[in-house]
Amino acid sequence: MLHFTIRRLILSVPTLLFISLVIFLLLDLAPGDPMASIPLTVPPEVKEKMREALGLGEPVHIRFLNWLYQFFVVEPQVAFDHIFGTDFSEGKQRIISFQSRSPVMSVVAERMPQTLWVVGLSYVFATLIAVPIGIFSAYRQYSWFDQLGTFISMVGFSIPTFFSGVLLIVVFSVILGWFPSIYDTTHTITDWGSFWFQVKQMAMPVFVLTLYNAAQVSRFMRASMLDNLNQDYVRTARAKGLSERVVVLVHVLRNSMIPVVTVIALGVPNIFGGAIITEQVFQVNGLGQMLISAIYASDAPMVQTLTFIFAVLIVLFNLIADILYGILDPRIRYD
Amino acid sequence: MTFKTALMGAVASLALVPAAFAERGADGHVNIIYYQAPSTMNPYLSGGTKELESASLVLEPLARYNEAGTIVPYLAESVPTVENGGVSEDLKTITWKLKEGLKWSDGTPLTSEDVKFTWEYCTTEGGGCSQSEKYNDVVEVETPDELTVVVHFGVPKPFPYGPFVGAQAPIVQKAQFADCVGEAMASCTEENFSPIGTGPFVVDEFKTNDVVSLSANPHYRDPNKPAFATATLKGGGDAQSAARSVLETGEFDYAWNTQVSPDLLEAMLAKGKGQLVSAFGTLVERIMVNMTDPDPALGDERATAAHPHPILSDLAVRKALSMAIDRALLTEIGYGDAGRPTCNVLPAPAIYNSTANDACLTQDIEGAKAILEEAGWVDSDGDGIREKDGKKLSLLFQSSTNAIRQDFQAIIKQWWGEIGVETELRNIDASVFFGGDAGSPDTFQKFYADVEMYANNFDGTDPEAYMANWECKQAPRPETQWQGNNMPRFCSDEYDALVAEMAKTGDINKRAELAKAMNDMLMQEYVIIPLVDRGRLSAHSNTLGGVILNTWDSELWNAADWYRIKE
Repeated sequence: MLHFTIRRLILSVPTLLFISLVIFLLLDLAPGDPMASIPLTVPPEVKEKMREALGLGEPVHIRFLNWLYQFFVVEPQVAFDHIFGTDFSEGKQRIISFQSRSPVMSVVAERMPQTLWVVGLSYVFATLIAVPIGIFSAYRQYSWFDQLGTFISMVGFSIPTFFSGVLLIVVFSVILGWFPSIYDTTHTITDWGSFWFQVKQMAMPVFVLTLYNAAQVSRFMRASMLDNLNQDYVRTARAKGLSERVVVLVHVLRNSMIPVVTVIALGVPNIFGGAIITEQVFQVNGLGQMLISAIYASDAPMVQTLTFIFAVLIVLFNLIADILYGILDPRIRYD
Repeated sequence: MTFKTALMGAVASLALVPAAFAERGADGHVNIIYYQAPSTMNPYLSGGTKELESASLVLEPLARYNEAGTIVPYLAESVPTVENGGVSEDLKTITWKLKEGLKWSDGTPLTSEDVKFTWEYCTTEGGGCSQSEKYNDVVEVETPDELTVVVHFGVPKPFPYGPFVGAQAPIVQKAQFADCVGEAMASCTEENFSPIGTGPFVVDEFKTNDVVSLSANPHYRDPNKPAFATATLKGGGDAQSAARSVLETGEFDYAWNTQVSPDLLEAMLAKGKGQLVSAFGTLVERIMVNMTDPDPALGDERATAAHPHPILSDLAVRKALSMAIDRALLTEIGYGDAGRPTCNVLPAPAIYNSTANDACLTQDIEGAKAILEEAGWVDSDGDGIREKDGKKLSLLFQSSTNAIRQDFQAIIKQWWGEIGVETELRNIDASVFFGGDAGSPDTFQKFYADVEMYANNFDGTDPEAYMANWECKQAPRPETQWQGNNMPRFCSDEYDALVAEMAKTGDINKRAELAKAMNDMLMQEYVIIPLVDRGRLSAHSNTLGGVILNTWDSELWNAADWYRIKE
């Protein structure tokens, strides 16, 4: 297993390099200009100078190598310096966003808390809710609980978050006035009162995202359980006189987890990608909102860095999913 | 509630003014929402409206424009003019006197050195300062004493209020930015995010593209202002959610640019928590008519003056296109109270506003048909499209991707269809259309279409540079790397002479006459078809007093005077 993990990790290096090149070229070839959002009252000569100051005058390969150096050498050094108080990165050029002219990675770090709080927490909730619902729905197929679960997951699946989000705002912020409609990212938790405020401002976005994610996972869980419940080994287990509890939660569940683990593991990178629409609706201003505004502003270094981080996470969580298969099913061995 | 009653409400709330004379910080916290979040607090790095306006809470110019478009002194003692001797007779020197005792928010005194440094800061090569145009023609800035700044221009400047005036050209602190000049400009993140200023507020925390936390400047020149101890400027979301947060939930006190469909706003106003304010500036939504042939077969000479447009060169066609448009209807559909129909490309300030073209306000389909008929454009083959000498009246109409613009395109296509003009519509993503990339065929400068629609305006109140946009030499063409603002490629010696005349005329009334003459020439040649004079529309809570919407400067220009209306 260890060999397999190491081999996969080494193999992922050329994959990621290739991905970064593809992203870079796509962004470079894509039409769009970081100066496009500047008012027309700023004359073209000035815009040209601003473009030069952004380093857009350099040829493509130089800019790509620059980015690689900054991402793999300078940024880790900065992180190292930050943790250990050293000064390896002193005077080195970091990856700079076109919009704000500030280092991309510090903006990422700034956005991480609200993204993890809102999107991450909703993913945890979704998983915790969806798995039991999926199990019970499959075990009591076509019962009223299953029907209700199916209905709710259909709702979660089919109602887009930009609709459910606005609906919640209208009901709970405008009419009832229970929750704030705009997320305050400067809020810090100091006592129970501020904690309660944090809970209130997270309630709606977390609910919207939980509904959406839970719908997906519970469907997978149910389908996978149904596949296994009719297998011969289940009958054997029952014939051996095992309790229903052991049959369902040990034998069937473990075998049914394999496809579900894939879905859950591959969903984790999406947390870091943020929930673009939900963040926009509630003004959570996390990583997703940052990505979309960077795309609109043709902020290539920002988009490049963010998409590349997602690529790394996707490759990583693929690997984690593969390893989990081996743990869940001893028959799967990679060596 | 109609807009009128909202205005009445605004007037009524002024009656509560006495509450304003409180001490600094007495009114607690104010929440401002900009649905486009500022990415930096340094206006010299960005040039975007959202950055200019958020920075105006902190940084101040020597003088700025008030809501009537008049220049009022801020850091300066008074506004220099030729009459008061502040501007030299040859129009090449302007002398500013700073107010005495001004302090930066860190407690150090503001001196003429800071003003001089601001000029150097923005004009040093390699920095890419977005406002360098404001410092055009400045050859030297002298500082004879701590409070006097003498700006020397290389050429006579009839309007010498470019440098250090308006939200675009505020003063930055020399001590803070001394190491951030030239190529280092962009790397000074700390400085760019929390500049030290003289304005009513100081930056406590800046989160890029998200939120700015501010508090009252302890050294602000008026000891009783600002009334608010702290302020938050939140960004993100969209215009509708921003409007909702002020008008419906009351979470925010002020929302910038609440350009939402008029009926939605009406429903929100019904909640009674806030009101709308609107004001008009110089932003005009217009159709540009291409006077050159955009036929792809022409290769390198496509859309250049070498080939006049086969059908649009005919004045009758251009005039008919304009006459067929119902501007009042367009305004109502697209902008409601935040727009008004206009027949001028230069609609404001009032002294520049021509009335010679007002006939265009009424749609005249029959008249348009008659003009085409008379000019020999007839529908001889019965397909509903007029033709002449084998050329069909068929146009490609492009614009940027934007819901209102696409509505406008569809409606205008309908009207033009009625007068026998066939229109093909096209829309291009704004980042490409306005991007100015000389390699792209889709930019508004290349204008590979017959007509195009967008909006433009000018900074401040002086239209000299704006009207010079339509000089011959401003036409985008291969030699200029397709840069320039003369999209119609309009070229007239008479017009160029007026531009040259204005550049050396100092008298304001003569300047107004010249600007009007230029506007009328463009309008009567129908190379630009103005549609809507677009105003600004913002919303504020009923409990926020002192708001005066200003389209000539930052909307937050008088945030120092804002206060909480006590119930």
